[in-house]
Amino acid sequence: MSRFSSADYLRPESIDPSAISAWGLLRLRQQLEQGLPLSPRPYQALAERTGLSEQEVMSAITQWQKQGLIKRFGLVVKHRTLGYTANAMVVWDIPDEQVQTLGKAMAGVPFITLCYQRPRRLPDWPYNLFCMIHGTNRERVLAQLDSLIAEHNLQHIHHSVLFSNKAYRQRGGRYVSHD
Amino acid sequence: MRLDHTDQQLINHYQRHLPVCERPYLEMSRQLGISEQEVIERLQSLQSRDVVGRVGPVFEHSKAGASLLAAVAAPEEQMDLVAARINRAPGVNHNYAREHTYNLWFVMTAPDNELLEEHLDELEQELKLPMLRLPMVEGYHIDLGFDIDWGALS
Repeated sequence: MSRFSSADYLRPESIDPSAISAWGLLRLRQQLEQGLPLSPRPYQALAERTGLSEQEVMSAITQWQKQGLIKRFGLVVKHRTLGYTANAMVVWDIPDEQVQTLGKAMAGVPFITLCYQRPRRLPDWPYNLFCMIHGTNRERVLAQLDSLIAEHNLQHIHHSVLFSNKAYRQRGGRYVSHD
Repeated sequence: MRLDHTDQQLINHYQRHLPVCERPYLEMSRQLGISEQEVIERLQSLQSRDVVGRVGPVFEHSKAGASLLAAVAAPEEQMDLVAARINRAPGVNHNYAREHTYNLWFVMTAPDNELLEEHLDELEQELKLPMLRLPMVEGYHIDLGFDIDWGALS
């Protein structure tokens, strides 16, 4: 797959051979970071705010989904409000040569919602693999963790469980728009 | 929070693949057997109750710009104050208290890495607290659009 830099998505030719205003596309990304208008013709509303046509707005969104700039398009749920209040970030100190294999294995576990590798920061932070479990109560999350350890033979791997007890902010990333 | 069946259906069907057509809410209303106006009102209500943060795209962070997970160890009695300072920094989109010596965890975004590092340097100087900077090396699974387990929530 070809690699795009952030700026490539603003080049008109990455959307369509016909000329679409690069400024219009930037404004569209800024608008989309705030969410879709809740009016009967939301793409027309975005067109009016960005100087693009409704058709250009829809083409750009479709194209960005195909290119992977937009990885999901829909309702962004706030799990904590719904009752997912036991959210654990589990961090592991995995030997470097095993981290990729274990990362991929954990990514396939149904109750693991996020899984990624990050650098260690020794001596304070020895952990290189992160996974998240969104749960409704602690006991259940800890039981799921026990089953994960047993199933993947992680008994000898040093880990730590960081439950979150408060969200000070949770919103979508704003890469090109201002706060 | 308890949601009625129709709200649950809205979430079940449309955490992804929101229609891209002139009247997307009309198309959704046909799928759900309610009116277009009711779809819009329900989405507004879900947002005002903070069940849905927004309707729209989730951008792929590695393609959309720069982002980084960072953590600071704040004195327990100053958590709220430090968290508020973090939230005032540009581009902070997540900020959680967690049970650890590093007790505040946040994600910062910026158009590029240079600006991101600059903003983190400024914040670190202001806070005068040890800060972990943990960029992503590799994502194995990053998608919070999982199916909601309504049974476990009831």
